[in-house]
Amino acid sequence: MSADFPRFTPVADHALLVEFAETQDEAAHEAVLALDAALSQAPCPGLREWVPAIVNLLVVFDPRASDHAAIRAHVEGLLGRPRPETAAPRRHEVGVCYDESLAPDLDEVADRAGMSPEAVIAAHLGAEYRVTMYGFAPGYAYLAGIPEALRLDRKTAPVRGVPDGSVIIAGAQCLVTTLTMPTGWWRLGRSPAKILTGDEAAPFLFDVGDRVRFTRLTLDEYHRQTERNHG
Amino acid sequence: MAEAQFSVAFAGPLVSLQDAGRPGHLRFGVPASGAMDRRSLALANIAVGRPLGAPVIEVSLGGLTLDCTEGAVSLAITGGGFVIELDGQTVAPWGVLTIRAGQRLVVRRGHWGAWAYLAFAGDLDAPRWLGSASTIAASGLGGGMVKTGGTLKVRDTATLPDRRMPLPVTARPRAHLHVVPGPQTRCFRPEALEALLSGSWHVTPQGDRMGVRLKGPALELGDALQIPSEPILRGSIQVAGDGVATVLMADHQTTGGYPKIATMLDDDLDGFAQLRPGDALDFARLDPDAAVEQARFHAARLEAYFEHAKRAARL
Repeated sequence: MSADFPRFTPVADHALLVEFAETQDEAAHEAVLALDAALSQAPCPGLREWVPAIVNLLVVFDPRASDHAAIRAHVEGLLGRPRPETAAPRRHEVGVCYDESLAPDLDEVADRAGMSPEAVIAAHLGAEYRVTMYGFAPGYAYLAGIPEALRLDRKTAPVRGVPDGSVIIAGAQCLVTTLTMPTGWWRLGRSPAKILTGDEAAPFLFDVGDRVRFTRLTLDEYHRQTERNHG
Repeated sequence: MAEAQFSVAFAGPLVSLQDAGRPGHLRFGVPASGAMDRRSLALANIAVGRPLGAPVIEVSLGGLTLDCTEGAVSLAITGGGFVIELDGQTVAPWGVLTIRAGQRLVVRRGHWGAWAYLAFAGDLDAPRWLGSASTIAASGLGGGMVKTGGTLKVRDTATLPDRRMPLPVTARPRAHLHVVPGPQTRCFRPEALEALLSGSWHVTPQGDRMGVRLKGPALELGDALQIPSEPILRGSIQVAGDGVATVLMADHQTTGGYPKIATMLDDDLDGFAQLRPGDALDFARLDPDAAVEQARFHAARLEAYFEHAKRAARL
């Protein structure tokens, strides 16, 4: 992190953007996670919610109870403290079925990566992923950690009607989709996991900072778990 | 307990159930959603004695026709200047009326405004997600879209005297809007902010609950400055690579990588939402401290008006 950071930018009348870097940066993301934890341990008056992302965090406040300067002072106070003791990141195992009937892009990904489809699957299963942020739609958790060999640019044109539960990759990111939508990302398989859990007490499977590994499911296991989770 | 039932004889696109929204879940990719014009939602609910944020039907320019098939219930209609017909008789918007079994209510676009709100004097049956009936159009989560051929049920209904409601000046479409520059003004060529503030702008037909595209001067980005995806606030003016500005609205994506040249004051967003394709608008700049002052002034004024409206509803 350079001396220009953290940078504080007011957003309209009720938010403050705290930026730790201008480009992807491991230390900046660590700083986001530390601030995220610190805010949950020490909220301030007027704090409505905050949104961690890759290298920045947006703090949303009630302008009747606070202002940009007060929020900035609170955040600066938190940044000056030693990083709070946080529990080890939560770890999740998410099942994926790579059967060709559910993995329309597996062969092309293999071609582009110069590997066999089995090697692509092994590489995808071998990595550990971090939940870096949510975006796009409810439950769309961006999982960073795609191995170098599988990092592909998005397709030039999106494919329509990609079903929910699709395990898709682009660049260093992987995603398990939660709704049917067009996407230019590459489809490696399907997962029966419920990212939107339906449990009001814990409505989302992941939180930012969690770690995720994928495990391989047979087509039978995929159908059984899909029936159980979504049937 | 008395109930009223409706069948939806016709619903245009983007007609949905909405309430005060579900703030607090942005970190999980969930926008607050809720009414595009939150003030009109609250005033409709107040007029029929309901909590400010209770579920209502949000009607788009596409319009809505409801047939009451059972029971009777009063409803308040606020929002834009839509044409309202009860069994063929024209009724002014911004009023309370009662519909009974066998009657048809038509709500269709009028001379001004883009969204109308129908609040029932009763409990509108609506599935909740994360405690809110607000529908996220893209996913259908929440109360759901209102579609032709569907049905609606209102429980615990009441009937109230017909009355006209005053249309507060603050509930009119708002064409002179206030912005705070940023958060990514630095990603633009220096003249872009000036172009935003001095340019003449129009609302385009490319708009929905996620965002409204504007027509106006190109806002040129600087030298290919990519930003990592970052959290987005409702009201931010995002500019894609083609230089076109989009104002992000109720169902906005929660993070994104397009730079935002400026962000509108929250109080202006309801009035902005009531502009419709072809309407002109302009932007004036406020510094962040003045914006907070404005927010406090408007919040106090709105709260006072709500109290006044509650007293009027009880008379």
